[in-house]
Amino acid sequence: MRVLSDMWIMTKRSLRHTTRSLDTIITVVLTPIAMLLLFVFVFGGALGEQTGSIEYVDFITPGVIIMTVGSGIAYAALRLNMDLQKGIIGRFRTMPVAPSSVLSGQALSSTLSNLFSSVLVLVAAFIVGFRPTGGAGAWLWFVGLLVLFTLATTWMAMFFGLMSRTAEGAGAFAYVLLLLVFISPSFVPTDSMTPLLRGFAENQPMTPIIETMRSLLTEGTPGNDLWIALAWSVGILVVSYTLALSVYRRRAPGPAGQ
Amino acid sequence: MDPTTNTIEVRNLRKGYKGVPVLHDVSFSVERGKVFALLGANGSGKTTTINILTTLIKADGGMATVAGFDVAAQPARVREQITLTGQFAAVDDVLTARENLVLMGELRHIPDPERTAAELLEKFDLNDAADRRLLNFSGGMRRRLDIAMSLVGDASVIFFDEPTTGLDPVGRTDMWQTIQELAQSGTTVFLTTQYLEEADRLADEIAILHGGRIVADGPPDELKTMVPAGVVELEFGEQEQLAAAQRALNGQYSLSRVDARLVVATTGSMAEMADMFIRLKDAGIEPTRFTKQTTTLDDVFFKILGEERKDSHASSE
Repeated sequence: MRVLSDMWIMTKRSLRHTTRSLDTIITVVLTPIAMLLLFVFVFGGALGEQTGSIEYVDFITPGVIIMTVGSGIAYAALRLNMDLQKGIIGRFRTMPVAPSSVLSGQALSSTLSNLFSSVLVLVAAFIVGFRPTGGAGAWLWFVGLLVLFTLATTWMAMFFGLMSRTAEGAGAFAYVLLLLVFISPSFVPTDSMTPLLRGFAENQPMTPIIETMRSLLTEGTPGNDLWIALAWSVGILVVSYTLALSVYRRRAPGPAGQ
Repeated sequence: MDPTTNTIEVRNLRKGYKGVPVLHDVSFSVERGKVFALLGANGSGKTTTINILTTLIKADGGMATVAGFDVAAQPARVREQITLTGQFAAVDDVLTARENLVLMGELRHIPDPERTAAELLEKFDLNDAADRRLLNFSGGMRRRLDIAMSLVGDASVIFFDEPTTGLDPVGRTDMWQTIQELAQSGTTVFLTTQYLEEADRLADEIAILHGGRIVADGPPDELKTMVPAGVVELEFGEQEQLAAAQRALNGQYSLSRVDARLVVATTGSMAEMADMFIRLKDAGIEPTRFTKQTTTLDDVFFKILGEERKDSHASSE
């Protein structure tokens, strides 16, 4: 089918962009690994007492993975915005190419490279003592949820990449995602937060996703939040996909704006 | 498709941005296989027109068809027929020149993208740099690649938005040659330009866009007849000769004096030119020097702008 073959051509193009800018991969992978080391070895001694029976490194690894994805998609937004500024998107839009394949190509390659980064961060976590106990079924669920979350937030990145007038602004939304990771039970249980913050932390989308991932890895079961986690991810995916495509169709091409 | 059908038809096109009108009522048509130049100053709406025709933006009113397809109702069919070379080279910096061309070939689903890429690299003198990334390409090389990318897939209508803006003289001559070759191969070429010389040299048909309207259109030679064509300047050795010449020609021709020269407006026809010189000879006057000014599109352009200004003054009074 033509849409699929176009999407694959676009994905190959985007993957070349990714593999040819090794520095971005290094930044995307090294920042979360530095965070992991910082939390495990510097704050871990103090914070680790609050996580009960779970080892602190096991406790924080899902949050660190989410951070990895969060910084990876910032680059996806940046790259899409650069394509827009340089006029190459304008060229694609005058060609017989389905609008969805231009964006899905970038989204797919971003998802693939984020999964690759996540694997590297998981390996780093193993080295410093991460010992998940979930079986193969739990891992499958974990990977599935991670792919879904990455796809959803990548499409969010497509939307912000298309909306932003500058390349610098394109990735700014990712800071909000990273902040949400901190105001969630990623690094400390929500019990220790002030009541107001705790109320926010327990009801924002990152929390059920991180709780479910942790439950899968440390207990082998998805826990009580699985459906909420799935609902948030699918919701973000559908809304972002719709918004991104409609902006793509409407936005004037090129740097001049008209 | 009927070979006599116009490749581009534009009727009463309107477009505004945030309530500010850019195109008021634009109509023109372009015959198949011709080179059409849309001429206008910065901000006259040239890029807006080309963006509507290439399906990048939607018009507020009116209609436009390209290669027989309505740009608003059948944009996907239009895109199969066209390519656009924009004002800025739309190339992928991270890829090599060859990869850029192969990408275009793959997206246009041509039989052998690699071979087409190789041919275009050769044609546009990019062989030596074919497998380098574009980051260090010069402006001229990027532009050549940009055009080469537009030629992948043999579109039937090629749009150029200010193709020579920002090019050096050599680059400009190369660009003109490329456009002329395209025209010879039967491709319909639509270009926008702010340079009259460019439109004059390349186009079969010119439309002048000013203030969101087409203020004049036709073949370059026809447009030039809008202003007096045969302006002759006469110089004389002595002041008395000039005065005598003025007396001899007065009443027959519109005359004016610029310094020591007499400027005579004729129709430019052989008969009138001969008549003028016979009158001078009969009066015993011999100019030391004469020059015939040729009309340029600049004259047409300034005449139209001058009339527009007069009109707007008249209406404001």
